[in-house]
Amino acid sequence: MDDLLSEFLTETNEGLTTLDMELVKLEQNPNDAELLSSIFRLMHTIKGTCGFLGLPRLESVAHAGENIMGKFRDGELSVSATGVSLILECLDQIREILGTLEATEEEPEGDDSDLISRLNAHAEGGDAGESDATAPVPSPAAPPAEDVADDGDVEEDELERAFREALGPEELAAQAAAEAAATPEAAPVAEVVELKAEPAESAPAPTPAAKPAAKKKATPPPAPAGDAGSSVANQSIRVSVEVLENLMTMVSELVLTRNQTLQILRAHKESDFATPLQRLNHVVSDLQEGVMKTRMQPIGNAWAKLPRIIRDLSHELDKKIDLVMKGAETELDRQVLELIKDPLTHMVRNSADHGLEMPNDRIAAGKPETGQVILNAFHEGGHIIIQISDDGKGLNTDRIKEKCIENGLASEGELDGMNDQQIQQFIFKPGFSTAAEVTAVSGRGVGMDVVRTNIEKIGGTIELSSTEGKGTIFTIKIPLTLAIVSALIVECCKERFAIPQLSVVELVRTSAHSEHTIEHINETPVLRLRNRLLPLVTLRDLLKLSDGEEPEGDEPEIREDNFIVVSQVGTYTFGIIVDRVFDTEEIVVKPVAPILRDIQLFSGNTILGDGAVVMILDPNGIAAATGEIAVADADLGAHEDRHLTGNDEKVAMLVFRSGDDAPKAVPLALIARLEEIDLAKVESSGGQHVVQYRGQLMPLIPMQAGMELESEGRQPVLVFSDRERSMGLVVDEIIDIVEDRMNVELSAEKEGYIGSAIIAEKATDVVDAGYFLTQAYPDWFGSEAGKENFESDRSRILLVDDSPFFRNLLMPMLSVAGYDVKAVESASDALSLCEEGEQFDVIVSDIEMPGMNGFEFAEAVREDHRWSKTPMVALSAFASPADLMRGRAAGFKDYVSKTDREALLMTLQDTIAELKGAA
Amino acid sequence: MSDTYLENEDFVTFYIAGQLFGVPVLSVQDIINPQRITPIPLAPPEIAGSLNLRGRIVTAIDVRKRLGLPARDEKESMSIVVENGNDLYSLMVDSVGEVLGVDESSFERNPPTLDQRFRDYSQGIYRLDGKLLVILDVNRFLDYGRNADAA
Repeated sequence: MDDLLSEFLTETNEGLTTLDMELVKLEQNPNDAELLSSIFRLMHTIKGTCGFLGLPRLESVAHAGENIMGKFRDGELSVSATGVSLILECLDQIREILGTLEATEEEPEGDDSDLISRLNAHAEGGDAGESDATAPVPSPAAPPAEDVADDGDVEEDELERAFREALGPEELAAQAAAEAAATPEAAPVAEVVELKAEPAESAPAPTPAAKPAAKKKATPPPAPAGDAGSSVANQSIRVSVEVLENLMTMVSELVLTRNQTLQILRAHKESDFATPLQRLNHVVSDLQEGVMKTRMQPIGNAWAKLPRIIRDLSHELDKKIDLVMKGAETELDRQVLELIKDPLTHMVRNSADHGLEMPNDRIAAGKPETGQVILNAFHEGGHIIIQISDDGKGLNTDRIKEKCIENGLASEGELDGMNDQQIQQFIFKPGFSTAAEVTAVSGRGVGMDVVRTNIEKIGGTIELSSTEGKGTIFTIKIPLTLAIVSALIVECCKERFAIPQLSVVELVRTSAHSEHTIEHINETPVLRLRNRLLPLVTLRDLLKLSDGEEPEGDEPEIREDNFIVVSQVGTYTFGIIVDRVFDTEEIVVKPVAPILRDIQLFSGNTILGDGAVVMILDPNGIAAATGEIAVADADLGAHEDRHLTGNDEKVAMLVFRSGDDAPKAVPLALIARLEEIDLAKVESSGGQHVVQYRGQLMPLIPMQAGMELESEGRQPVLVFSDRERSMGLVVDEIIDIVEDRMNVELSAEKEGYIGSAIIAEKATDVVDAGYFLTQAYPDWFGSEAGKENFESDRSRILLVDDSPFFRNLLMPMLSVAGYDVKAVESASDALSLCEEGEQFDVIVSDIEMPGMNGFEFAEAVREDHRWSKTPMVALSAFASPADLMRGRAAGFKDYVSKTDREALLMTLQDTIAELKGAA
Repeated sequence: MSDTYLENEDFVTFYIAGQLFGVPVLSVQDIINPQRITPIPLAPPEIAGSLNLRGRIVTAIDVRKRLGLPARDEKESMSIVVENGNDLYSLMVDSVGEVLGVDESSFERNPPTLDQRFRDYSQGIYRLDGKLLVILDVNRFLDYGRNADAA
């Protein structure tokens, strides 16, 4: 028999039994609203399922019954014995049909119009035309079918009579019961009636209108489809979940004990226990499987409601939706099933509501009018994969960004640094909903975050991939069962840990000689794995473990031989470095003590086969602890860091002495090389000292005007260089290279100096390199000669930087490189230049600026048509890949570090070349 | 647990740094010898680790460290296993004494001058012959949440 049908039969029979009982109770407490709605629900469910299974006859009967119930519930009709009888009769009819259905798997032919019309008549007018039908009830007591409402003030003696009669002929009991119960103050009567409650059920029996079958069935106690004998209903029994859970726990313990025993056995090679233990082993395995099976249910159970939901949705939203369900028979643990039911429903709704477009839009987009929501479930390596995909419009990253900013989930700057995939993850954040309006269906801002939480709670993961215009696919990966999981046992610093297999993708062994070696970027370990760089975390560092016996001075470095457990959490793949990897073991996850719950890295603990307790590592927690997973959060931190450093940008300065004792400094970035020249080789040409340097003549400019060069010995020279031209600045002594904050106090008084600053706790004169450059080559900047190297017109560069120091630093540098530089100190100044109609070839802008920052500036520029084509280069103290990405998103062509002179020049050169090429 | 014990009650006694402590005998699940304990990384320092007691996982707490006392010399120590909530905790103590019945009339509240930690975890004091018995409030002793709030 069809699973669905047999389940329906079991369920409906149960429902009917409950209904019988509840209806009787209702007769006694007609005002019990809760009871009423519970009955209505039951009736409704029966009707609904009949409709769903395509059983029109059953449905129509149930529908008529439900009608009356609905009226009872809404207070349109008061609960009366006749009404209840009719409903009970209707139930019997349903039972009869069910009986045949069970035997033949087909709805029997038959006519219920009589019953239905009576039911309808009652529903409509209460007792109109009903006396006929019920008249034959051998009841001399009261005219049947009288609405109890009319008898609201039932006479006291009448009640008493009813009471007496209730003890009398059984047939009367029901009638009396109804009447008595209908009177609220008739408490004592009600009590007696309760004793007699059962016959109330049989009340419809004597009604001649009832089908013979109904009569047969009406014998109390209700025996649903009793004659059918080997009914499906009897083949499956309902066991309380608790019993199953207990059984499961016991089996889990048994499995553990078995593992333990087997471990002991392994230690004793020859043992009499070997054979029986092997047998025990198998039996336990079978038992485990069996018990697991009792908990397994097809995932289709969780989907049963979905077609209906989709149908309703398509009406509500005026969309045409096709729901395709694949792999409904895939089985999974009941507990898991329960937990994913709601998230699944929610996601399907979401796909239909948010994902699919309106029919018109679909047609316009060249898609079929009917949208598809596809549910697909299948097993994959001990997990269940459930995919929910739609062929709708996909996620709109721009909308998500807007929403994020609107809801304060992330700042614009942060978002600019993220790729689409990262941005899409925001839909899993609390308080996020992209639906423009809150529809009845979804869009209340609770949703995907709850879904994710629920799925992660059961050790599952949810991934999302979306293509704008094409649709969205959610992939949920969940364990088959929660009770026993397969885990990889690893060792780190002589401690063992379990990592759930679910999140382990692969194992990599690294050693100095194998193809895989751990490499470091600024002490951050990474691994090249199939042409990708895999971020690594060291379990030792993560858990702050130490061997305790490490020899002094020995670097706590990563050992040569390592095992890397490649794990995946969401879309984030990373490697966990461990010392050793043992085998996998089935473990029973036990929650950790409450006092340890704050430790994010553990999802529980367990007892291994050898009896030892080990902690279970939570890859989710590890990922969160190491950054990536909480993209936004981590970025926030990074942003703060940057902010701090942005406020006191450090600059490497070369400090030297020349002439007087006051130290002098020049930005290291400007200097090409430091040389010591042999003074003997210094020649004189055109009133200038020159020296042959790299095959060219390099002018030497003494730092101090009139400084006499010795004729012998060596002299330190700072070489400034640009293309083929170089210039040497002769100084007395090079002191140091200092990286410090620059707070230059400008003074234009002294030629050749920008001003002074405190460097390394000493007042230091900051040298204006530009001044000396022009001394060597008067035409170094903006000269006619400069043009030789460039196209006829020099490229104009707009430099935006709030720091006077950097402006002064970069101006000469860029000028040296042959650009016509205009420097302004703020983005707003720059924009006013734009207003004035100035044109530039390239805009170079700082990022951290008071007021409008670089990103905002870039956006403003992009929006203005006058400059929208002007390429922009971002300058910052730091240039991490994230910055780069963010900068690009804001409209910067490139992102270079302020202090990286070469990079800036290269970038400018490329940019200009591109421009020229395009022009 | 009430603040005072109205009836005569039996306590399992143990020594910590020479001080006699007691826990109600009914709250004691087990007395165990030194066991193999799995350390728990990142846990508070007084949590010695977890151990397997007949298939149940027990969290071991070093009472000395929890009370802010210096660590004991010997590494191995006896433990008293108590149940709190649905979890088992093993309290690592210096030595386990006898089970004592005490006279309710000898009960005293904590002297206000007592060290904060002692006052937090002590339910009161019983005057015994020649020594004082500090009653450990197991609930508060194991209530890390409350502690965190206070801190």
